[in-house]
Formats: sequence, C-alpha cells, structure tokens
Amino acid sequence: MLSHIRTLWLVFLHLFRKKETIQYPEKKAYLAPRYRGRIILSRDPDGGERCVACQLCAVACPVDCIALDGTEDEHGRRFPSFFRINFSRCIYCGFCEEACPTYAIQLIPDFEMAEYNRKNLVYEKEDLLINGEGKYHGYNFYRVAGLAIKDKDKGEAENESPPVDPKSLLP
Amino acid sequence: MPTIHIDGTAHSVPEGVNLLHAALQLGYDLPYFCWHPALGSVGACRQCAVRQYRDEKDEKGQIAMACMVPAVDGTRCSIADAEATEFRASVIEWLMTNHPHDCPVCDEGGECHLQDMTVMTGHCSRRHRFPKRTFRNQFLGPFINHEMNRCIQCYRCTRFYNDYAGGTDFGAFGAHNHVYFGRSTDGVLENEFSGNLIEVCPTGVFTDKTLKRHYTRKWDLESAPSVCAHCSLGCNTFAGARYGAVRRILNRYHSAINGYFLCDRGRFAYEHANRPDRPRQPLVRDKDGTMRPAVAAVALKAASDALAAAKGVVAVGSPRASLEGNYALRTLAGNGRYSPGMAAAEAAAAALLVEILRDGPLPAASLHDLEQADAVLVLGEDPADTAPRMALALRQAARQQPLESVDKLGIPRWYDRAARDIIQGATGPLHTAWTQATRLDDISRPFRGAPADIARLGFAVAHHLGGDTPPVAGIDDALDARAKEIAESLRAARRPAVVTGTSLHSRPVLLAAAAVARALLQANGENARLGAVFGEANTVGATLLGGPPPEELLESLDAGKADTLVVLENDLTRRVAPALLQRALEAARCVIALDCAATPVVERADIVLPAASFADAAGTLVNHEGRAQRFFPALPHTDDLRESWRWLAALTDATWDSLDDILLALAKDFPHLAPAAEAAPGEDFRLNGRKAPRSSRRYSGRTSQLADRSLHEPRPPDDPDSPLAFSMEGAAPTCGSTANSGEKNVPSPAGVQKHLPSSLVSHYQTPGWNSVQSLTRFQEEIAGLCRGGDPGALLFAAPGGNGALAGSPPRPFNPGAGPGLLTVPAHDVFTSDELAALSPPVAERAAPPVCRLHPEDAAAHGIADDTDARIEIDGASAVLRARLDPSLARGLIALPVPVPGLPPRADDTYATVRPAP
Repeated sequence: MLSHIRTLWLVFLHLFRKKETIQYPEKKAYLAPRYRGRIILSRDPDGGERCVACQLCAVACPVDCIALDGTEDEHGRRFPSFFRINFSRCIYCGFCEEACPTYAIQLIPDFEMAEYNRKNLVYEKEDLLINGEGKYHGYNFYRVAGLAIKDKDKGEAENESPPVDPKSLLP
Repeated sequence: MPTIHIDGTAHSVPEGVNLLHAALQLGYDLPYFCWHPALGSVGACRQCAVRQYRDEKDEKGQIAMACMVPAVDGTRCSIADAEATEFRASVIEWLMTNHPHDCPVCDEGGECHLQDMTVMTGHCSRRHRFPKRTFRNQFLGPFINHEMNRCIQCYRCTRFYNDYAGGTDFGAFGAHNHVYFGRSTDGVLENEFSGNLIEVCPTGVFTDKTLKRHYTRKWDLESAPSVCAHCSLGCNTFAGARYGAVRRILNRYHSAINGYFLCDRGRFAYEHANRPDRPRQPLVRDKDGTMRPAVAAVALKAASDALAAAKGVVAVGSPRASLEGNYALRTLAGNGRYSPGMAAAEAAAAALLVEILRDGPLPAASLHDLEQADAVLVLGEDPADTAPRMALALRQAARQQPLESVDKLGIPRWYDRAARDIIQGATGPLHTAWTQATRLDDISRPFRGAPADIARLGFAVAHHLGGDTPPVAGIDDALDARAKEIAESLRAARRPAVVTGTSLHSRPVLLAAAAVARALLQANGENARLGAVFGEANTVGATLLGGPPPEELLESLDAGKADTLVVLENDLTRRVAPALLQRALEAARCVIALDCAATPVVERADIVLPAASFADAAGTLVNHEGRAQRFFPALPHTDDLRESWRWLAALTDATWDSLDDILLALAKDFPHLAPAAEAAPGEDFRLNGRKAPRSSRRYSGRTSQLADRSLHEPRPPDDPDSPLAFSMEGAAPTCGSTANSGEKNVPSPAGVQKHLPSSLVSHYQTPGWNSVQSLTRFQEEIAGLCRGGDPGALLFAAPGGNGALAGSPPRPFNPGAGPGLLTVPAHDVFTSDELAALSPPVAERAAPPVCRLHPEDAAAHGIADDTDARIEIDGASAVLRARLDPSLARGLIALPVPVPGLPPRADDTYATVRPAP
C-alpha cells in the first residue's frame, strides 16, 4: 500500500520537472559528437580525400554493407574509384570508423535518413564525401606514410630522414 | 626418424632437416623471415630464436637460431621459453624501427608475413623516437613494383633472383643499415622469374604491379585452384577474381611440378581474360552481313540451323582448349572431321613424342625429377623460351649436383651459405643442344647446330652409352668427342635425364632422344627419366584425342566437300598457311567460332559463341608428362559466356549437364583418357557435408557490391561442375587447431574428414598465417607432398616398353644444299604463347620480332645487321628486322614464332632471304 502511494507521489512530482519531450522535427535533440549516425568520408587538412581504399572498413563491417574498389592517381596516391554503403543494411556499429587507419570514414550525429524507397539508402561516394575533416582535425595520413605522392617525395614525411644513397659506403 | 623434444614434448621429425623446418612442420608457430624451404637457411634475420638445451640435465640452455640448428636425434629446445620469446619480440621491434607507416596503402597488407610475425610476437607500439631511414624506389618493369622503404634485409630476394634463378641484373648494394636491394640503375628486371619476388619477399618491397592496377585485398578475392594454360608444363596456380575480373595469379604448390615458383608468363598472362575486346556476347551475322549481338538462345538456334543445313561439317579443335572442349567438338563433328588443331608438322611431332612417352623405354620426367637429376641432356629443345619453369628446374639440377660432395662432409644442404662456399660455384653436368644461344648457356655446356646435327649428336650419345644403337656413319671427330663426353657424364649419373621437345618438329631429333632414353635404361636402370616439352597447355590431351591436321579439313572446305567450319579456341592464322586459310574461309558457307579472345578467326566468323577462359571455366588439361589436371573457375559462367563444351553440348544431342557427365562420356569413348576424371573430386564431393568455399571468411561487401543495381541480394551462383562454392561459407580448408600446439598430426575423430583434397584448396591461409607462407600448413611435409597427395592423375602408366621407335641418324646438315636458308624457331618466352601475347603487361616485355642469321650468311645475302629483310616461304613473304647472330650455325635462319603472314614452319621449311627495299 505504501509503495503505491509512493509511486503516485513520484509521478506527481514529475509534473514540475523540465520536459524531456521536444517538438521534433521543429526542434532537434542534442546528439553527442560521438553519436554513431550517418557515415561520411572526410578530407584531410589539405583538401585531399582521406580514404586510401585499404578495405579495412569493408572487412570490419559485420553486415558487409561497404563495398569499394581502389585506384591511384598518376603520382601514386590511392583513393577509392567507387565507395558504396548500403544504409539499408548498416547497423551503425562504428566498427568501420574504428578500423579506419586514416580517419576517413566517420559516423556523425545524424540519424535522419528515412526514405520511402529503400534504393535511396544506397549511398555512393559523392553522397558520402564531405568537404571537411569531420571529427578529427589535423591528421593527414600521407604526411606520416612512407609512400611518395605528389608534392611529398621520399624522406619528406614526418619523422623521416632524407633518402640514403645506396652507392655510398660512408657511415 | 630422429626424435626431438620441443617444450618437453617428444616428436619424430624427418631426417636431415633443421629445427625451424621441423617445428613448422609439427604445427608450431615459430616466427621466421630469411629461411625458405627452397632457398635454405642463412641465419640472417635472427627471428627464429629458441632456447636450445644440451641434454635433459641442462636447465640453462642457450639462445640459438632454429633455422641453423640441425634437428638430430635428441635435440631439445624450448619455443615458449620467456627469454627466447622476448628475444623474438625485440628482433621484430628492431626490424620495425625503419618500417614505414604504409600498411593501409601497401599491397601486401592482409597477406604480409611481416604483419603476421609482428602480431605473433606481440610487438604493437613503437618506442623508437628517431627518424626512419628512407630509400628511393626503382622502376623495375611492368611486372614488379618496388617500395624499398619496407625492406627488412632478409636477403631472400637476391638469394632467389641471383642464386636460384640465375639473374644477373639485381643485387644487394650499400652497407650497414643502408643495404639496398635492386638493380644498379632503373630498368626492367630481365629474368623471366622475377614475379616470384612477390611471393618470396616477406613484406611489401616487391609487389605485383598488375594487381596494383586493380587492387584487391587477399580476403576479398574469389579464388579457385587453376592450372596455367600458357605452356605444356601445367603449373598449378590460384586464380583470384573480384568484381567480375581476374585480379591476379599466385603460385599453387605442387611437389612434382612447380613447387614454390612460377614463371612470369604464367603469373602475368592472366590479363588476356580481362581485355575489353574479348567476346562476351554471342554474335550472329544477319542478312545484310553485319555481326549483331544476340542472346544465347538466338545464337544457338542460328548455329544449330547452320549445322543442320550444312552439306558437311568440319571442326578444328585446339591444343589450348580443355580436353572436354575438344571432346565435345569431336562428338559434334564426328570422327575424321575433327582436327586437334595443330599444324601437320607440329601434330606429327607431338604424336611421336606422346608415343615415346607412353610406349617408350623411360618414364616421363616431372619437373621435380629434373630438379633432382644429376646429369641432363637437353636435345633439340629450348626450355628457357618454350617451357620456362622447366629451365628453372634444369638450373637447379645443375646447381644441386655438386652438393653431393657437401653431403660427404656431413654438412646439411639446407645450410645454404656453407654448402655453396664449399662447392665454389661448381655446376653439374647440364648439356644442351639447340640451334642457337639460349638463356641456359651460362650454366650448361651448349652444343649448337642444325636440327639434323642435333639428332646425329643424340644418336652418337646413344651409341657411346652402349646398347644397341649403331655408330653414326660419317660422324666428324669433334661431334663424336662431344657425344662421348656427354655419354660419359650421363653414364656416371645415378639419376640422369634426357629432355627433348617438339619445337623443331623434327622426327630425327625425337627419335634420337628415344634412342638416348633406351640406352640410358640399359646403362643406368630405372632412375633415368625422359623429359618432354610440347607446344601448348593441352597438346598432349588433344593429341590423345587424335584426328587429321587442320590443313586436310580446310582443303575439304576448299574442295566443296564440306561447307561449315567450327573452330574451337584456335587462331588458325598461327597454324595454317595464309593462302589456304583464306581460300577455305571464303569457301565456307558458315564459320562458327568459339573463343575467349578476339582472334582473326572470330572476326571472320558468322556465328561467335564466347567461350569461357581459364578464369570462368572448369576443365582438364593434360601436361607434358601426361598428367591430367583440373582447373576450376574463379568466376561463374553466365548464360552468354559459357564453357566451350557447354555451347557444343547444346548443339549436339548429348545430355551433358555438368563436367562430370562429359568426363564420364569421355572415359567411355577414350578408355586411355579415363584417369582424367580422377584428376579432381567430382561435383558430388563434400567435406563433412559442405562444398569448399572460394572466398575467405573475411570476404567483404556482400550486401553492397550489387546494391547499385538491385537491393535484392541474389543467392550465390551455383557451380554445377565443381565441389567449390561461390561463397565464403563451406568447409574450412583445414580443420583442427594448429596454433602453437604441435598437434597438426593428431588423428581426427572417426567419420570427420579433416582436410580438403589438395586439388580443391582455393587459397593458403590459416589462423595467424595470412601470407603465402601458410603453405607449410597445407603440406604433408615441408617441400614434400601436398596434404592428401598432389593433385592430378597420370595418364601414362609406368612404361618400360621398348617401343619399336628405332630410327637412324639423318645425314649431316649441308648449309649449301637447300633452296635457301633452313628455318629454325626462335621462341620468345613472353609472346610465343597465343593468349599470353594478348596480356598487355606481358606484351610490353615482348622481344621485338627479328630474324637472326649467321653473319656470313647475312653477307652472302647482302643483309646488314639491323636492316629489314624480306623472308619468302612458299610464295608468302614477310619483312622482319635482321640481326646477325654468330651462335647460329651456317645455313640457318631463326624466325620468331609465329611470323604473321608466313606459313607455319615444318622441319624442312626453307626460306629465301633478301634485303627489303
């Protein structure tokens, strides 16, 4: 009996608390920056595509909803020739983001992806790629990798010494 | 067998191996880099450290490199020892101090031995704070990509390229921590085995440049066991495909054939299957004469109407098509109207050599036999250009023979550096007899002469070996002395071999080889072997089906006895004189072509049925030693792109629905080909109730790769022809744990089959071992048989018959006697194979087509070096660049194979040569 009264009292007190319900969609809920929503592909600080088509997101994906194929430009920089995410299969687990070695693939706080036609949930690279760095600022994979690309020769990456001359025997 | 103790457990191991070899074979996870089963131990990387104890009382022990410790009886060691484990982890940490942050953009990633070993030792965080050493890369040609920063200095590349394959344009440069592996300057790697650097390199320094253009991770490939279709050796390969295209070829171990290595032709020729001009849609000529795409049913209707209305059907098969395709074609056309597709001279030579192998004195030599031979005579063949992997095997024969002296000193052969230092670069007896210089000359004693003189040399060798061969009449002293010397080294050998081939199309040369074989049987007994080289991948199979040469059938078209021609995977312009072919094609009312390449015949055809290539067809090929081998498709066939035999089955009243059906029919019609059905398990084979998967369990993108076309994910395609599934699901290639337990050889519970048969293994990968080095888990013994036995079925039972193949020596070649210069073939390792020449990276390596002749002949015909010469044969002519070659005998002219516009060469084809205006 006492517990019933206590319950009624608690419910009554809630009448005076701040409302959690908001007028969605006119008002948006707060989503933490680490919220795992829609997936995007980001660019590095120099504006280049961060994705190097290493396939790690695709292999990490438990529902296999990421398909891509890599290619490279004439200077050896790699990028995906196509990048497709089937959001009708995606479970927003974030494994792809965890697997990504270049911060290219990121889950952002956006979940508003409802469609009448399932076909519209298939996102291609042009739908995924944004003109910015997303959540992780300042990282450029090619500045730390040993691969030479345009405007970054061998030995010019961070923490690299200049290329050695194999024909020299000097210490 | 010696007993060794690892971590307190006793194991019996094979005789004469090292501790690393033994531990890996037992299933222990012991990291290593520089050791390779075919290259031996050098102890360069210090990775395979274990604690070794003197005896059971010794508790202290010492750290030793397992690859340098012989696994003799009573050897005691600990792999799990804490200090040894820490030692291995710190070695990896040192190796990684300069390793670039490249894994995401490295083609080796996911199948990298260095990655595997790093994970295995537990190193995960870089403590080294100083800058990384860098190198500049080199351009190494169209096959190999160089990324020198990744190198860990294990020296495997130069040990393979320079020591094993005999390459000279590669090496280690520099000193201390600046050691550089590459060429002295940028340039194409000359050796035709350079592609093996991809698999030999434990990390991503040397990667596949053709794969790089359409890169796919190993786990994403749909991979199938395949057989190389680019020469007669039938090396085993893995064909890997993704998104409907072949992405790469890898070596598939076969202990009797290719072992650990492939040639570059076999590895990179696959791109012919990805050509945009390849027929992929049936074409039918409509009433106004233009070719129009048609669906399969329409094309088949047109073809069956044409066949029904025909006054006579003749069919030309092909030595590069599968046994099933040729058999189906023979069934369609009927006996006498089917040709195996080889030009008359080649067909006669192939038939004779098959007879020598089947009914002759000696068993056919596998490449493994040749590697083990201690004296070899190569009579009238140039394996370096016609069967490259055999040239590599012969090089090993010459390299290993002097090691017998090392055995006497009690030094194991795997102790590579010590063994090589003792023999001081000595090589064993390898005698070659060919018309001109070959790439085996650096390690052999070459004889050069005209085909008739090569045959005379062979008969003289047979005579000097003893036995019933009479002396060669009128032989000159130099040739006789040479023959005597060869005969003596063959007689002194315990495992001698004679190798011959059909390249010269010369009956006397083949009979001379048979005579040597007969004499060897008498002189050396049953360890002697006869090696054979044929023209193409299925020359032996097509020869065993039998039939008239294509010239005869084309004549009957021209004569009006037949009016419909069916051509199976054969570019007749390479085989038949151009004039005859043109007449026959003009006379034919209807030409039906089945092919996987856009050949001139396909362009002329009235109905084109696109044939599946090696990548999308299942079939059987018979290799040079009569071994029937099954290749499986990496890609599913479609309605419009079918196996040749499937197209042909729809045109006959045969009821073949699957490969097993047609193999059954084949065995009934040709009992001597019946073992072909045993080359691999039939479609009904299941391992513990499941088909074998083509893809790895990590295969990605299944719910997305077709999502741009349809969201309704189709079920995986069926494969009615093989026990392989187009899926990541299915029987694991190996069941049972092998991880660091040494329990690889524990028997499985009753009723549970543990391993896939070797012919169905579609890639090498086991937990913790993602690179090709995981092969050790797929072998019965390291460098021994595949687990469950090697794939394939031998068609020729062990002979010993004496075969009435006696021939007599021809008369010596007289340079001035013929009507011009005698043509001899100069094959090119990259382009003499029809399909390989269609692969763009291989075509890039093609030698320029030149004719070569002796300087004095050139002077007599008024031809200067590097000028154009007009070559005329039987009224047909072609212009080729002339090169002077003093290695050729007088009176010969070496022509590339084939020369567009010239008729195919027979053994007595003479050419007239004059300067081209």
